[in-house]
Amino acid sequence: MKRSAAKAYSAGVKEYRQTYWEPDYQVKDTDILGCFKITPQAGVDREEAAAAVAAESSTGTWTTVWTDLLTDLDYYKGRAYRIEDVPGDDTCFYAFIAYPIDLFEEGSVVNVFTSLVGNVFGFKAIRALRLEDVRFPIAYVKTCGGPPHGIQVERDIMNKYGRPLLGCTIKPKLGLSAKNYGRAVYECLRGGLDFTKDDENVNSQPFMRWRDRFAFVAEAVKKAQAETGERKGHYLNVTAPTPEEMYKRAEFAKSLDMPIIMHDFLTGGFCANTGLANWCRENRMLLHIHRAMHAVIDRDRHHGIHFRVLTKALRLSGGDHLHTGTVVGKLEGDRESTLGWIDLLRERFIKEDRSRGIFFDQDWGSMPGAFAVASGGIHVWHVPALLSIFGDDAVFQFGGGTLGHPWGNAAGAAANRTALEACVEARNQGRNVDKEGKDILKAAAKSSPELKAAMETWKEIKFEFDTVDKLDVARA
Amino acid sequence: MSEIQEYRSRLSDPGSRRFETFSYLPPMSEAQIRKQVDYIVSKGWNAALEHTEPENTAGSYWYMWKLPMFGETSVDRILTEAAACRRAHPTHHVRLVGYDKYKQTQGTAMVVFRGKTV
Repeated sequence: MKRSAAKAYSAGVKEYRQTYWEPDYQVKDTDILGCFKITPQAGVDREEAAAAVAAESSTGTWTTVWTDLLTDLDYYKGRAYRIEDVPGDDTCFYAFIAYPIDLFEEGSVVNVFTSLVGNVFGFKAIRALRLEDVRFPIAYVKTCGGPPHGIQVERDIMNKYGRPLLGCTIKPKLGLSAKNYGRAVYECLRGGLDFTKDDENVNSQPFMRWRDRFAFVAEAVKKAQAETGERKGHYLNVTAPTPEEMYKRAEFAKSLDMPIIMHDFLTGGFCANTGLANWCRENRMLLHIHRAMHAVIDRDRHHGIHFRVLTKALRLSGGDHLHTGTVVGKLEGDRESTLGWIDLLRERFIKEDRSRGIFFDQDWGSMPGAFAVASGGIHVWHVPALLSIFGDDAVFQFGGGTLGHPWGNAAGAAANRTALEACVEARNQGRNVDKEGKDILKAAAKSSPELKAAMETWKEIKFEFDTVDKLDVARA
Repeated sequence: MSEIQEYRSRLSDPGSRRFETFSYLPPMSEAQIRKQVDYIVSKGWNAALEHTEPENTAGSYWYMWKLPMFGETSVDRILTEAAACRRAHPTHHVRLVGYDKYKQTQGTAMVVFRGKTV
């Protein structure tokens, strides 16, 4: 390897581009690559802004320091190597930055993000900054644990094949006593759902302490299993104020012979999440992941972290389910963009595809994929569209769409299950469920009074607000 | 709005037992089963049959009928095997499976003949 001649130390502030802008750089297979959307301050040119981001998210600081010369900066520094226009928006541009793999601790999502989205996001030379995508090299992927079980193992554990799974978040999310809460769980599960779920806000409040909730829910799950002969679960939320408390709750869920627990990976943090995922792998416990706080981070088009990056972070940190948005329900989510991060969550190899907002090829190697969870504002009328968007490897969660059934949770659950199975059967027959959805559901309702009542209850509900976070495309 | 109806399921009522995929729909006709076999073949999956006594449905392993029909693309031959399995075990539940060797799991599974539930 060629070595540059020894350099003399010269104090002062240098332009970042001298060190951190390398348009001729050949990207290595082992590099971690980032694509940032940079909105620079007035008067800061693109190359300088891109180089500044590369520097501040890797080895650089604002001034030259003599200790720079004690290290092989050319080996360790991040480099901006490409700049592109953002289609339809000339206030900002994309900067592609390559980071050598040795900048990061193995198996540490915490460490990668502390660098990539650390101090640099408050940097004065830029007005706004968004991390659009990250390519994790297979060499780094192999150092991470990933999903404790993954889609295939979960299907085998739960005995669910050839269809999406069905869930329901128990409501009202706050205020129920443990015994009343368990009643709502039991009713949903005996009616035909595969899972019920703690709301993310439910941890261990005065009205319902976690130990009481876990015990009553376990009784509900077991009775519903005996009654229906099917395998059931409830995502017991172990998100807690401290890791010690989190593990205590996980251990209790295990002692009750429950199959699945849940965690909020952003409010709980990557450190807690990765530890819990490891615990789940060792204890044969499935792990459902909620994403409270994501919209704070990912909704602004110019600043923050895109959800596709948070999806990758979760797949590396570990989780068997992740909420991905519904496309059709009450929460934000553009269809093509959502399809992009669903692929990133579930597939083995995902090709660069700008029409889905994917900036890099991503190879996950042998790391398992996780179920996409569609939850929020959905009901039986959405089932055909959900099946066509998500396919089989997803969990559809109908909260209000189960509990709000005029005859109660069990009937609501049966309505959802019947609607889902009718659509899956029709799809397998080669019918277009998107187009023929109404006919398929109406035919199924003839032998299911529960479905008929559900279809009468929710027919008129629609959510047609435009999404705020759209993909970047040139507009005519 | 119609009057509230009770949703009946009982520990004591064998009719409450379900069989996972498609068990919330009325039992499939022969023509409907044929279409699902067609689907399994069209996906490139290997069809297989399993059966069990109605009192032993809970575990992961039912009894395997012969071997999975590797490479079998004739819907008729698969249906013939399903009928043979049912004739040999008329009181058992019979499950049709599609093995997806690439995903290393079952692409689908459904009970196509039901014995007397207990």
